[in-house]
Amino acid sequence: MKQFIVFIKKEFAHVLRDRRTLLILFGLPVVQILVFGFALTNEVKNSRIVICDYANDESSHAIIRKIEASEYFDTEKITLSYSDIEKSFKEGKIKAAIIFPLNFDNDLQHLNKAQIQIISDASDPNTGNTINNYLSTIIADYQRQMMDNIKIPLRVTTEIRMLYNPQLKAAHNFVPGVMALVLMLVCVMMTSISIVREKEMGTMEVLLVSPYRPILVILSKAVPYLLLSLVNVATILLLSVFVLDLPIVGSVWLLFLESILFIITSLSLGLLISIRAKTQQEAMLISMMGMMLPTLIFSGFMFPVENFPLPLQIISNIVPARWFYIIVKTVMVKGLGFSAIWKETLILTGITFFLLAVSLKNFKKRLE
Amino acid sequence: MVELNNIRKTYNKGSVLAVDSVSFSVSEGELFGLIGPDGAGKSSIFRILATLLLADSGTASVNGWDVVNDYHKIRNNIGYMPGRFSLYQDLSVEENLEFFATLFGTKIQENYHLVKDIYVQLEPFKDRRAGKLSGGMKQKLALCCALIHKPVVLFLDEPTTGVDPVSRKEFWNMLKRLKEQGITIVVSTPYMDEANLCDRIALMQNGKIMSVESPENIIKDYKNELWAVASPSMHTLLSDLRQFELTESCYAFGDSLHLSFKTKNENNRTETLQYLESRNQREVEMKKINPGIEDCFISLMQQ
Repeated sequence: MKQFIVFIKKEFAHVLRDRRTLLILFGLPVVQILVFGFALTNEVKNSRIVICDYANDESSHAIIRKIEASEYFDTEKITLSYSDIEKSFKEGKIKAAIIFPLNFDNDLQHLNKAQIQIISDASDPNTGNTINNYLSTIIADYQRQMMDNIKIPLRVTTEIRMLYNPQLKAAHNFVPGVMALVLMLVCVMMTSISIVREKEMGTMEVLLVSPYRPILVILSKAVPYLLLSLVNVATILLLSVFVLDLPIVGSVWLLFLESILFIITSLSLGLLISIRAKTQQEAMLISMMGMMLPTLIFSGFMFPVENFPLPLQIISNIVPARWFYIIVKTVMVKGLGFSAIWKETLILTGITFFLLAVSLKNFKKRLE
Repeated sequence: MVELNNIRKTYNKGSVLAVDSVSFSVSEGELFGLIGPDGAGKSSIFRILATLLLADSGTASVNGWDVVNDYHKIRNNIGYMPGRFSLYQDLSVEENLEFFATLFGTKIQENYHLVKDIYVQLEPFKDRRAGKLSGGMKQKLALCCALIHKPVVLFLDEPTTGVDPVSRKEFWNMLKRLKEQGITIVVSTPYMDEANLCDRIALMQNGKIMSVESPENIIKDYKNELWAVASPSMHTLLSDLRQFELTESCYAFGDSLHLSFKTKNENNRTETLQYLESRNQREVEMKKINPGIEDCFISLMQQ
């Protein structure tokens, strides 16, 4: 037991004395959360648009006020010719233009029908579409307000509720994804590198020729990284609550327990890599290529798994991050309890036992 | 104490033969040296004895324990210092020693008398990280770490390679003192001059053992007469002597050439000098010398 503690102390010394390791360990989650939170978002915010109000009447003003109130747009009111609008588009200054024709209010009041033109830059189709939708929604909203004053006998309105994420915040999607990614990277890469480093530096030879059991060497490597990873989980959760305004709806304890399970899965994967790899570079490459890419692609965090062709969907089943992603989303965003995620937990446990069994079977008590 | 019987070891699925039916035994309290150039198979033998590698065939035991079946007992009771510096470079001198002491279930104080002589020299640097020590200091620290649990046998794989001559001398003095305390030591080295410091040595070449004897006996077994020859023009001297019909072997050794003849003959010296004169060699010095371990090694290698 004393040996175990000394060994863990030594592991902590390795981590704390190597600035690069420290940076990866604690800088990575913060950077990822911030990058995904503020830079790599597919929400359209603060898009510059111009409004050409030829009508300049009551209705057009009302609509413009609504648009200006929205956080999605930076509006600029001008009365320009069409050719100027086109020039602004070409220079990339604006994302969309809204044009109110003359007699807008008049047409609306007397003909019960008026037109607004929305021109948007569709060179990025997603952004173009999103802006169109936002604008149409705002205009439709105004229309509904007007109709409330008039009696129309039969009317069907759809009431849309976006469950769990009413504001359609991207954070709901990527925080669980980043959590899976960071834990995977830290646990798999760091453990495999630290075990392979002992091999590469020759210290493994000395450790093997000692009363300390080889299997304990592995265990005492796992414990420090388990603890450090929990610090990472806490950092990510704190950042998402306080910086990204994404509350944890479900039980924090359940979230931590499930994280521990996923950390153990990742640690056993790191162990398996360390048994195969001979050099630190090799270990790093396998963990980067073999773990990071599948985690990004197959976890459902970037691309929905349902969109994959069948063979890829089957492959995604063996990616542990996929199940952890579902678990975190369920607990953190939907706020459901264990009964909603027992199946995913069971699969993750199964994968962990399988990985542990394979690595223990391949574990060598000698050099070759 | 240490026994090897027909140990054979190959690498890369049998394509590289590293150790070729090696047998020798080391008795208790002996300082035993494995002498041979790089690639002779010394490290492989050490790793087999330290239970880190499995031999292809043959048996070996340490203190009566079989290296395959009783590997756990061996690991508990031997000290092993690999050829490469194998301590934690980012831990300090003291932390390294403490770590290995605890790993072996002991304390520094308990066996301090064993490492005292060595550790005294390290003490001024005890807070320095091991990676920042000089080559000689590193090896001393590694020796301390291998000794701290009072092993019955100490396996030192090339402990003085890459260490300056003064530190090498100090290191061997330490080994002598450890031997006096009753610890059996098996040490390997590529330096022939260190062979004289061992009780017995095994001369190794290409995975084979050529001779196992005490250094004195190995020198005694050298049958030929050995001559040191020197002249101002050493390069032509060497090629001239190699072409000489009486020469058995001739090689450069320090600032002279070591020469041996095919037959023992009173007239060897005069005939050689006459021959050299005919080849226009001036100011030739030639005197009889006693062979060293290296001369024995070279002569064994040529057999």
